[in-house]
Amino acid sequence: MTLLQLDGVSVRFGERAVVDAVDLAVAEHETVCVLGPSGSGKSTLLRVVAGLQQVSGGRVLLGGADQAGVPVHRRGVGLMFQDHQLFPHRDVGANVSFGLRMRGGGRASYAARVAELLELVGLPGAQGRAVASLSGGEQQRVALARALAPSPRLLMLDEPLGQLDRGLRERLVVELRGLFSRLGTTVLAVTHDQGEAFALADRVVVMRDGRIAQAGTPLEVWQRPASEFVARFLGFENVVPATVTGAVAATAWGKVPVPAGSPEGEQRLLIRPAGVVLCEAGLRCEVVSRTFRGTHVALLLRPEGGPVLEAECGLAGAPATGDRVAVSFAPAEVVVLPPGGC
Amino acid sequence: MDRARREVGGTKEPGAASADAAPVPGPGRVPGQGESRRATVVRLALMALPLAFFGLFFAYPVAAIVGRGLKTDTGWQFDRFGEVLARPDIADVLWFTTWQALASTVLTLLIALPGAYVFARFEFPGKQLLRAVVTVPFVLPTVVVGTAFLALLGRGGLLDETAGVRLDTTVWAILLAHVFFNYAVIVRTVGGLWAQLDPRQEEAARVLGAGRFAAWRKVTLPALAPAVAAASLMVFLFTFSSFGVVLILGGPAYSTLEVEVYRQTAQLLDLSTAAVLTMVQFAAIGAILALHAWTVRRRETALRLVDPGRTTHRPRGWAQRTLLGGVLLTVGLLIVAPLAVLVERSFDTPGGYGLGFYRALQDAGAGGGTFLVPPLEAIWNSLQYALAATAIALVIGGLAAAALTRRGGRFVRGFDAMLMLPLGVSAVTVGFGFLITLDEPPLDLRTSWILVPLAQALVGVPFVVRTMLPVLRAVDGRLREAAAVLGASPLRAWREVDLPLVRRALLIAAGFAFAVSLGEFGATVFIARPDQPTLPVAVARLLGRAGELNYGQAMALSTILMLVCAVSLLVLERLRPDKTSGEF
Repeated sequence: MTLLQLDGVSVRFGERAVVDAVDLAVAEHETVCVLGPSGSGKSTLLRVVAGLQQVSGGRVLLGGADQAGVPVHRRGVGLMFQDHQLFPHRDVGANVSFGLRMRGGGRASYAARVAELLELVGLPGAQGRAVASLSGGEQQRVALARALAPSPRLLMLDEPLGQLDRGLRERLVVELRGLFSRLGTTVLAVTHDQGEAFALADRVVVMRDGRIAQAGTPLEVWQRPASEFVARFLGFENVVPATVTGAVAATAWGKVPVPAGSPEGEQRLLIRPAGVVLCEAGLRCEVVSRTFRGTHVALLLRPEGGPVLEAECGLAGAPATGDRVAVSFAPAEVVVLPPGGC
Repeated sequence: MDRARREVGGTKEPGAASADAAPVPGPGRVPGQGESRRATVVRLALMALPLAFFGLFFAYPVAAIVGRGLKTDTGWQFDRFGEVLARPDIADVLWFTTWQALASTVLTLLIALPGAYVFARFEFPGKQLLRAVVTVPFVLPTVVVGTAFLALLGRGGLLDETAGVRLDTTVWAILLAHVFFNYAVIVRTVGGLWAQLDPRQEEAARVLGAGRFAAWRKVTLPALAPAVAAASLMVFLFTFSSFGVVLILGGPAYSTLEVEVYRQTAQLLDLSTAAVLTMVQFAAIGAILALHAWTVRRRETALRLVDPGRTTHRPRGWAQRTLLGGVLLTVGLLIVAPLAVLVERSFDTPGGYGLGFYRALQDAGAGGGTFLVPPLEAIWNSLQYALAATAIALVIGGLAAAALTRRGGRFVRGFDAMLMLPLGVSAVTVGFGFLITLDEPPLDLRTSWILVPLAQALVGVPFVVRTMLPVLRAVDGRLREAAAVLGASPLRAWREVDLPLVRRALLIAAGFAFAVSLGEFGATVFIARPDQPTLPVAVARLLGRAGELNYGQAMALSTILMLVCAVSLLVLERLRPDKTSGEF
């Protein structure tokens, strides 16, 4: 069942449309992640759903009910702000219980709930601590507990892990995902970090300049980027113009095999780094740089013709900078990007 | 720091609720039509009560007095302006009023800014007591301060006896007395904010290559600028309209506009000249306020405030110790010495040191028929009046500050300036105006006790507004949004977020309002009922009569007033927020 539905939502600041006719639906118990570079309008989208930002056009429906005219505090959604916005004058417990107090009810009833939530986010017994004494990761957990406390029908996260260091971030992504599936929470998150989005979401929505560039499961988006923009945003650099004829495309890098059934004619072609394979004979390149990535080595190659090429290879037998190598292309890692320039 | 946060905040700046003054038009900065209309309605609702209060208890009485002075049967006599202003003696008064106010403000800043720093950043024994001590002068009746400085610097005074130097015939006595009065304004307004500025921001600047002074100038000073500007404005207004100090220490040589208004009204009964001078003072203050509004407009930015307890430390190294020593010495010479002379005189009875003057205060007949009640009752009257005045000032000033926090157009800026006007308009005029306007139905308050607190609150409101506004504007609007998302209605969000964050400023504002109400003299002297005098009025009555007993009693009563103020302020200082809200 659809919990949140956006129908042609637009937000304009003066002439500029920050959110431009966006349609989006989030089903119950689903985790949707809006992914996009900064300035793509993704945070504004959250503010619209929360009622903090008026729409210039379109409708926001929660549980089927139009939210026009419903003030922020009656929408029953939770929002975790990017920089947490914990109340500096209250301790951890009072921050977490804030939403419960707003709904009324006895002090005793929410003391138990606060303890339960702090336990849940891994900060048991932190009720009496001052907010200022918390580390970034702890603040993030308290902010999450605070947002979860009133059991919002929709939980929204704005760059939930943006300010944390990498190790913590990777651990928290796993924890959050487990937590949300356990609680059955419906989540709408925004982030600029694709790794975070892919790890967290059931469905990813890529935004560009206020519009939705692609929506799908993380696997779909990763395997079949809908446009050059999405491909480049995901970090892929090997994109070139190509003329596709049958199972082969002619590019600046020479002939590249493409998957069967690819559209023919003038296209743009994406070759994922994993599809650039070192071999005995093929396109001759010079190794410009090599970066150790833990499980593999990322190579930057300058071919005889065409733009620089990113490649991956195993740890063993990786060439050194300055070496001359030859590469061929694996069709499974080649994607013909749909036109549209988006 | 502010900029850094703005960038982190990115597109998430709130719309109408934002207190941020970013010149960059971010997306959140343009509220929708509905939002702006709602904001206007809220603002107007907040402004309604302050507007009514000022109209009824300020504009109306002052206008009535001016009307009485300038209007005859044949109509308005505006040519009186030309006549009065062409007089060389009036030109002298204008010139003196202006330059002494400027000099006093600069001198006060020079002397009090190091004090503000020391109170904000250093921890030392007796700090709270000292903070109360420097605030005491502010609430003393001007007449008493004038007399205390006369005793210190005048003929037969301490300085005359010890060094053979007399300053009472020079302008220095006036300037020093003005610094004495206004030291606390700088220390409390600037120091209060300074204590809450995060020192790590200066550290960040240091790491980025700024020298110690450059870091202060580039980081701390801009953050303090609104508070410094606000405090300087207050000092300038007080000294521009200085009355008691100049009356006593200036002698016939020096006279400010306010003194001249008083002379023309009470001594020469020349109401039309007084009316012209009142209007001139009014216009001058209006011009200053407009200039101020223009310069500091939108300078208040969202600051990250921290717990003042975390920013203080014991002075380290010789430089900091010297600074602390210098400030303590300044306070000792400038503030404690005159007060000490005052106390000494209160015990210095003809038969040697003793409590004779204090005992006499219990007796209604002691003043030689000056009083209908024992002068001691004035203490109770003063406390009651001041409490009522503080409550009124907090309500009116709080509403006004809340309205001003929401940025608006020219109308709102005019409202801002209007709130400051009572500081610049002759208190004598206001008091006299009360008498001639509020004495008939529908508003016959002549016999009501509320008349005195109303007049006193008028002077308290500007303090409340000036103290509250920078802090209110610095509250991050997104905290309010966080509360709203968690289910708090706008009113509830204000109560849960803004109020606790500004509680400290509120207490400081209350302290100021209470203090100025206790010490208010110019207006109260006109409207206090003879059987219910306030402390300053009682002191003035005693000083106005010849004889050593009266003089001694005046000193004794002033000492009591000083103690009442000191105790009230100490209580306020102790009213720290409880543990859970220890951040602010």
